[in-house]
Amino acid sequence: MAFSDSFRHCYQTDIEGIKAAGLFKEERYIHSPQSAEIEVEFPAGSAVRKCINICSNNYLGLSSHPEVIAAAHAGLDARGYGMSSVRFICGTQDMHRELENRLTQFLGTEDTLLFPSCMDANAGFFEACLNERDVMIADRLVHASMVDGMRLCKAMQDTYKHSDMGHLEEKLQEHQDKRFRMIITDGVFSMDGDTAKLADIVTLAEKYNAMVFVDDSHATGFIGTTGRGTHEHCGVFGKIDVITTTLGKALGGASGGCVSGRRELVEMCRQRARPYLFSNAVAPVIVAGALKVLDLISASTDRRDKLEWNAKYWRGLLKQAGFDVKEGDTPIVPVMLYDAKLAQDIAHDLFDEGVYAIGFFFPVVPKGQARIRTQLSAAHEKHHLDTALEAFRKVGKKHGILGLGRKELMARCAA
Amino acid sequence: MDEITTAVRDYIIREYLPEGDDRQITEKTPLISSGIVDSFSMVSLLRFLEKKYSIHIPDEAATPEAFDTVERIATLVQRFQKAEVGSV
Repeated sequence: MAFSDSFRHCYQTDIEGIKAAGLFKEERYIHSPQSAEIEVEFPAGSAVRKCINICSNNYLGLSSHPEVIAAAHAGLDARGYGMSSVRFICGTQDMHRELENRLTQFLGTEDTLLFPSCMDANAGFFEACLNERDVMIADRLVHASMVDGMRLCKAMQDTYKHSDMGHLEEKLQEHQDKRFRMIITDGVFSMDGDTAKLADIVTLAEKYNAMVFVDDSHATGFIGTTGRGTHEHCGVFGKIDVITTTLGKALGGASGGCVSGRRELVEMCRQRARPYLFSNAVAPVIVAGALKVLDLISASTDRRDKLEWNAKYWRGLLKQAGFDVKEGDTPIVPVMLYDAKLAQDIAHDLFDEGVYAIGFFFPVVPKGQARIRTQLSAAHEKHHLDTALEAFRKVGKKHGILGLGRKELMARCAA
Repeated sequence: MDEITTAVRDYIIREYLPEGDDRQITEKTPLISSGIVDSFSMVSLLRFLEKKYSIHIPDEAATPEAFDTVERIATLVQRFQKAEVGSV
C-alpha cells in the first residue's frame, strides 16, 4: 500500500487545520436546474428545500433557457457528445471556428481562441506570449487564475494598488527598460463588483507603450449598453489588446472560455498555450448552446436591461434596510460584514430563511473584509428580491447589524 | 539597522497602503499575516530590497515569515549584506 498511515495522518492533520481556521468548504447539493429558485440539499442527507439563489454567475438567466437547451440538444444530436481529442489533433469542428468568429465579432476584437475554461485561458496566455525580457503589471485584486498564469511565465511580475492609476503610471515609468509592458486587470472585479478604469488604463498604455489585458468574465454579455463588456462601458471598445472571458457565467454558464484580441497574440496561444494544446476541445453540445446564447443576446438587450434594473433595485433595498453595501453599479453587490465568523453565521441563517448566499473571507478577500457577495440575475423577478430582502432584514436584525456603518461593524468584529 | 528600518517602512507605506489608509506601520506590525502584503505583491518589495541594498535574496530565504514585519525584513537585509561582503 503506497498510501501509508503517515501519509494519511499528515493530510488529515492539514484538513483539520483548515477546519480549525474556519476555512473548510462544503458543497451543497442542488436537485434542480440552475435558476433564481433552486432545490437544495444541505447539509448532505437533509431534506431538499426550495430557496432563492442569490449567489450564482447566471447573470442573464440563460443557464436553463429553453432555446439554449434546445440548441444544445440539436448540437448533441448533430455533432455527438465529445471530441476525444485536443483541438489541433482531431478536435476542431466547424462549429468551434464558428463560435470563435462569433465571439470575435461580439467582443470587437481581431480573433478568438476557445479554451476549456477562462481559468485555462489565463493560465496559458502569459507564458505563450511573454518572456523574461517583458514585464506584467497587474492590479492587486486580479482573479487567482491570472496570478497563477503569471507565475507560470518568465516575464517579470509587478503589481499596482487596486485601480490606482497614479501607482500604475509609476510602474510603467519604472519598467520602460523592458521589451514589452502588459497591464493586467479584471474588467469587473469579482469580489468587490467595481469596474476597472479602462479608459484611463488605455490612455496610460498608449502613453507608455504597453499592451492591455482584461479578464472580462464578470462583464461579458451584460456590462455596456449592448452587453459587450467593460470596454464598451468605458468607451474603449476595440482598444483592448487581449480579452479573456468565459462561457461559464452569463453566456449560458456551462463551461469554456477564450482568449480574444490581437491576431498575433491569439495565434501565439494556438501555437504555445499549454492548456489549449494539452486539454480536450470544448464539447460540441456546449458550443451549440453558446452559439444560441450569442444569437439571443445579439438580438435583444432585454435581459441585460432587466439585470441592470434588478441590480439597482436590490442595491437600493439593502441600503434602505441598513446594510453596509459596497458602492458600484454592477450585478455584484457585496454586503460588508468584515468579520469572517459573522459572514458565515449570516449565510447560514439566510439559508434557514430560504435564501442561498455565501460568505466570503480571507484568503478569498483581504483579512477583515469578510462579506456576503450577492449576485443578481435576469432570472430574478421583483418578488424574489423582495422576499430575499425580508430574509436579509430578519437575519440582520437578529445579529444587530442594521444601520451600522463600516467603522461600527469593524469595531464590533475587533471586540 | 535604523536606516534600513526607516527605508523599508516608508516603502511599505508608499507601495502597499491604499490612498487614505491611515494605519500605522511599526517595526512589529504583521505585514503578510495581516494581509497588508500578500505573496503576489511581495515581489516588488523583494526587488526594492535587492536594488536598494545591492544584494540577492534567494527564493528559499524570501519566505512569508521572513517578510512578516519590518524588523524581520531589516534583519534579512543585514544578513545578506554581510553575505555579500563575505563573498568579495
